Amino acid sequence: MIAPALNPALHPAALAFAGRHQPRVWEPIVWILALVFYFAFPNHLGFGTELLITILFALSLDLVLGYAGIVTLGHAAFFGVGAYTVGMLAYHGFWNEPISSLMLAAIVAALVGLGSGLVLLRTQGLTLLMLSLCTMALLEEAANLGHEYTGGFDGLASLPIPKLLGLFEFNPLYPRTQYVYVLTVLFISFLFIRTVVYSPFGQSLTGIRENTLRMHAVGSPVRARLVTCYTISAAIAGIAGGLWAQANAYVNLTTLGLDRAAMVLIVLILGGCGRMYGAFVGAVAYMVLAHFLAKLYPTAWQLGLGFLLVVIALFARNGILGIGEALLRRFRAKRMPR
Amino acid sequence: MKRIIGATASFLLAIGWAQAQEVKVGVVLPYTGVGAELAQQQDRGMELYLKMHADMIKPYKITLIKRDYKNPGGADAKIAVQELLTQDKVDILAGWNYSPNAIATAPLVTAGKKLAVISNAGTAHITNLSPYYVRVSFSMWHAGYALGDAAVKQLKAKTAVVGYTDFPPGKDMLASFKRAFEAAGGIVIDEIPMGSAGAVPDFTPFFQRVKDKKPDVFFVFVPGGDHTTAVIKTYNALSMREAGIKLIGPGDITQDNKLQAMGPGAIGLITMHHYNADLDNPENKRFVAAWKKEYGPDSTPDFMAVGGYDAMAAIVHVVKALNGKIDVDKALEVLKGWKYDSPRGPIMIDPQTRDIVMNEYLSEVVMKDGKLAQKPLGRIEAVKDPCKSLKIGPCAN
Amino acid sequence: MIFGVDVASMILGGVAAGMVLFIVSVGLSVTMGLMGFVNLAHGAFAMLGGYVIVLSMNYWGVPFLPALAFGFVVTAAVSVVFERTLYARLYRAAELEQVLFTIGLVFMTIASVTLLIGPENQQLRLPAMLQGQVNLGFTQYRTYSVFLIATGIIIVLGLWLGFERTRIGAQIRATVDNRRMAESLGINVNRLFTLTFAFGSGMAALGGGLGAEFLGLDPQYALKYLVYFLIVVAVGGLGRVTGVFYAALLIGVLDFVLKKYIPKGGTLFIYGLTILLLLWRPQGLFAGKST
Repeated sequence: MIAPALNPALHPAALAFAGRHQPRVWEPIVWILALVFYFAFPNHLGFGTELLITILFALSLDLVLGYAGIVTLGHAAFFGVGAYTVGMLAYHGFWNEPISSLMLAAIVAALVGLGSGLVLLRTQGLTLLMLSLCTMALLEEAANLGHEYTGGFDGLASLPIPKLLGLFEFNPLYPRTQYVYVLTVLFISFLFIRTVVYSPFGQSLTGIRENTLRMHAVGSPVRARLVTCYTISAAIAGIAGGLWAQANAYVNLTTLGLDRAAMVLIVLILGGCGRMYGAFVGAVAYMVLAHFLAKLYPTAWQLGLGFLLVVIALFARNGILGIGEALLRRFRAKRMPR
Repeated sequence: MKRIIGATASFLLAIGWAQAQEVKVGVVLPYTGVGAELAQQQDRGMELYLKMHADMIKPYKITLIKRDYKNPGGADAKIAVQELLTQDKVDILAGWNYSPNAIATAPLVTAGKKLAVISNAGTAHITNLSPYYVRVSFSMWHAGYALGDAAVKQLKAKTAVVGYTDFPPGKDMLASFKRAFEAAGGIVIDEIPMGSAGAVPDFTPFFQRVKDKKPDVFFVFVPGGDHTTAVIKTYNALSMREAGIKLIGPGDITQDNKLQAMGPGAIGLITMHHYNADLDNPENKRFVAAWKKEYGPDSTPDFMAVGGYDAMAAIVHVVKALNGKIDVDKALEVLKGWKYDSPRGPIMIDPQTRDIVMNEYLSEVVMKDGKLAQKPLGRIEAVKDPCKSLKIGPCAN
Repeated sequence: MIFGVDVASMILGGVAAGMVLFIVSVGLSVTMGLMGFVNLAHGAFAMLGGYVIVLSMNYWGVPFLPALAFGFVVTAAVSVVFERTLYARLYRAAELEQVLFTIGLVFMTIASVTLLIGPENQQLRLPAMLQGQVNLGFTQYRTYSVFLIATGIIIVLGLWLGFERTRIGAQIRATVDNRRMAESLGINVNRLFTLTFAFGSGMAALGGGLGAEFLGLDPQYALKYLVYFLIVVAVGGLGRVTGVFYAALLIGVLDFVLKKYIPKGGTLFIYGLTILLLLWRPQGLFAGKST
């Protein structure tokens, strides 16, 4: 018989740990804001759609980078594979039903993720960074060379995307359907990622990130876990890419490019990685700033953006969410009785 | 009482008048990134037209709303165009530098039902993608096809090697040159893709391959920017002229604002294009003088600047003809068959294809008064886009 | 005989391109190896140096060689200011924050150069003696390429001697191999960092100026070629001067040969090759040896 105070399962830290998968009160706010955006800014839905897709893409990167600690600079490879799966199937008249196309995009991207993960994840650090980058560049060049099928640099334009569920048309000028559709997919994917992260599997990923050697020592199948995580993340990135192709009715080489891979990395670090909502905060901060600065100063917006990145890197740990957490901690510490 | 009503009425009229007077033009160009330099030329061309013709434009006011579409990716361009249409409610769209962006935004332009004047993007079939696209710049086939013909007939070449930057405008150039060159009796003995537009502009290996093949002419297409000077430097450094290989190409490789930097090595280079700053016509003299006054004596307008300039000329023509009330169908009627004395000589919008009809000039780089200049060798008048005339590939639709 | 000339010209062209890669990348390799700092702004320093060199030649008529020295000094000085005020704050931060910081710097550099100088490409005007062709006895070749090769050899010899034979070189090698141990032996690691950072940035500046003939020089330079520099560093191994040298030559020559004989393959081969090399030797081709 253990006294309650000594029962490890009842220790406050253990309780917090056991309950951390439960939804927090503020979590619905994010989604309410996303819905408010739909009604408040009907003329910005094109931007909104791009923003939501970036969030989903950043979330997929968070899984490998933030939780498993795999530093990759080639994540756009999976985004591109997803986009080209949807794009090529639709363009060449094989298949274009939106929802099932997305599933196919996820499957193809997952296969590419599994294949490259088995090879690349033997390495780490700079080597892994360069290997992931080169793999992506290889895919990009392959898409350029195979221009008869992929459209090359010009891309595949005016993809015939039918009505969603046979009811809602994808209007290019007023992308309402695209926005709601992407938001729905983002929500479902988010629930899935949340479940993965708080599962024992997710716990072991964090363990690998913090101390690979110890995870080996406790008998965790490190390589297999990493590859599984990489594959799941690739599938989600593929979905994001597929959504991009559908929402724009267009796919081209930049879906596979370094610019996109670097951008999503910046977005995630800016927001704060390993916290899921970092993807949201980072994407909003980066894209809103880039978008509106570019409107005000079409030739000089990069200056402001660069300044923001430098300031965040210098004065915050773990991005914008890191600042928030530090402030919250200070606030709580003040309120605590001494 | 009457007076008050009168005042109110005239006030309302004045408001109505003021609204009718302002025409909003959305300009989409890559103001940042690798295309920034090209965007600057077009932007300056547009602004210069408005400045030079300020009196003529009155009483209308043309407001340019500029948007940076950042990259050739398509998505940013789509967002820019979508917001210009739905939020800024522009009357006319203009710009487009990279062809992929013009291709990506075509469905939007069609859905938005606004006149869209293309001031650069040169992939041939773009004007087929939306009924509202009107192109005042060029198609890649204009210069490539004309030069292929002239290379055999005027330069007496029998064999050619084509080196091109490996992206669609480059492939268009290859196809158009080859078709005309071989139709006239020449043979293209090698085709060399020289890396993508963003690749390292070190052409030594490619040029060495050409030197081994010893063709009569070496036709090169590279996009504007640092690639053009690299072409001339490598050509000279490998002594290819001494080996009897003539360097020819579309005017992209003798872009006027890069010409002086190429140095004496560029002498003898033969190009075909629709514009160069040394063209001898009164419009061009006026244009170049105004440009140098506005942007400095060292700055020279090039074909992109003329694209921007002529885009504004077309837009002002529409605004005047429609009394400031822009309706897309009426605007198209006004522009189809529109003739204008541009700095590049007489131009016309082809009523069938909404693409430009213009002269092509064969020129040679010479040294004149201590500066490099382009000497005219010949002129082909009123050239239509051969890609559409010959119904090739996607141009046929 | 024709074949021999062909091979010679190919090797000369490839080696010359490799030399530029080496001169720019060596600083990156040493700073990354020594400080573990992911400095993506290295290309920005190369660009800064290139601009100083080219603009001082074009506007003030400074001759080529003094301009190179001037570019080296200015860039090194600027980099010291950055290192002491900004970089030093992030030495203990996570890799990702260093990435964010240096990418931010790159963005700011690109925007500032575009605003202050303009988006256009800057032309390097070579002195007359470096233009045209030179007779090497067995073949004629581009004078500037030969000059680059000679310069590269001098630099690599100098660096090798500096690393192997000087006290500071020994300190750097010791710190690359085991920083804690070096510190506890009384090596002033902070001073070492500042010195190597300044030197590495200066080298990058030299590379920016020397390479402007091939690579051009415009505001995007800071980002455009970063991948190539990183590939060279990864293949050569972190903090290895000779490794970076061989890797740069290997990539330069292979790239040249593939471009000449299989131009239709584009960049496919060079990326494929890098992947194979890195899978074969994940720590770089020349890991295991010091320097």
